[in-house]
Amino acid sequence: MSMKCDLVVVGAGPGGSMTAKTAAQAGLKVVMLEKRQEIGEPVRCAEGVGKRALCEMVKPEPEWIAAEVKGAKIYAPDGTSIVMSEDKSGSEVGYVLERKVFDRALAMQAAQAGAKVMVKTRALGLIKKDGVPCGVSAMRLGEPLQIEAPIIIGADGVESKVGRWAGIDTTLKLKDMETCAQFLVQDSTIDDEYTEFFLGNSIAPAGYAWAFPKGEKLANVGLGVLGTRSKPGEATRLLNEFVKARYPNGKVLEMVVGGDPCAGQIESTTSDGVMLVGDAARQTDPLTGGGILSAMQAGIMAGEVAAKALTAGDVSKAGLKEYEDRWREDIGKHLSRSYEFKEFFVKLTDNDLNQMLGSLKKEDISKMDLRGMLRVLFRLNPKLLWELRHLVV
Amino acid sequence: MLTVNRYKCCYCGACVGVCPTCALELVETFIEVSSDCKECGICTKICPVGALEVKA
Repeated sequence: MSMKCDLVVVGAGPGGSMTAKTAAQAGLKVVMLEKRQEIGEPVRCAEGVGKRALCEMVKPEPEWIAAEVKGAKIYAPDGTSIVMSEDKSGSEVGYVLERKVFDRALAMQAAQAGAKVMVKTRALGLIKKDGVPCGVSAMRLGEPLQIEAPIIIGADGVESKVGRWAGIDTTLKLKDMETCAQFLVQDSTIDDEYTEFFLGNSIAPAGYAWAFPKGEKLANVGLGVLGTRSKPGEATRLLNEFVKARYPNGKVLEMVVGGDPCAGQIESTTSDGVMLVGDAARQTDPLTGGGILSAMQAGIMAGEVAAKALTAGDVSKAGLKEYEDRWREDIGKHLSRSYEFKEFFVKLTDNDLNQMLGSLKKEDISKMDLRGMLRVLFRLNPKLLWELRHLVV
Repeated sequence: MLTVNRYKCCYCGACVGVCPTCALELVETFIEVSSDCKECGICTKICPVGALEVKA
């Protein structure tokens, strides 16, 4: 079977759906492929998302939101904690989503805008003419399917292949990937009002553990370990230890695992006829691991640029340059900054972490944003943070 | 030879993202290993559940 369209999107996560929706709204004939038979499952995410940035892009429906939080608590290895309020810590806390519902709702919005959604359809490779990509060859329910399209969007997640097929190197080094495990835990001691972050090299080497509440004493409790500090099965082993220690009576209702890119800006996210979006473009925040919002933002940009490029009749890498420029100007700058913090953070010992968080104990940080807090941290720990001085302005 | 314990695998695709030869593929609920695999073992380290193993 074969078909033709203007834009084919590989992957129906938040990045793919926002691209498809934006492009369809601009009048493009869009096909969005999802290899799984159900959109949004299985989840590979802690589901935390900033409220303000989300609301700028979509109007959240109550059923997408599992919980709304007041702020974040960060625990040092020695148990010392600091509290940040939601309106100040801003971008990384606010809502804890129900991704199964959320992803499906975004795909539905894309469909309502006119995109054709095809599930159980897996991309196998790019169709090329004179070396230039001009479509996707796929398999739908075991049958071959050829989809011709001048522009292809790779929104195919951490396991992305579209970029590699197009000659873009998206391979992640072990130092640029966190390996994560998460349980949905039910326990009476769960804090329903705050997201919690636990630091420490014995809890999560060069990563952190988290508890993101989902209401009614349920929480996504998980952790990430840097690839270079991991060994086979390490994330799950450490999570079992963490949950046993912190929630001895906790009941595990669900298990989630996955890799989270923390690579910063990769060299290229476009080639002739191809744009990469979200995890596929490694647009995840290297420090926090958050990637939902940047994928959605990049998806909107890619959809807009696709429409423009088709109108202009130039879908070459040069014709798609606006996408590269726009996301780097906005998301990219943030990724680079975060990457520097991550590269510094992964070297810290438990003593360093205790000293840093301990130094904030006497300070009133409740009204500070992240930048303000960093300034205070730098003032109190100049020696420890010396190499980050250019970031603290 | 790289083996995938399909009883352990949670099909997250982390291994696919780090494979330097693009030899792995996540097909919905299982991992496929192609002949491009060089048995470097990088994927075994990233696997959150320890489902991958390079066997002599």
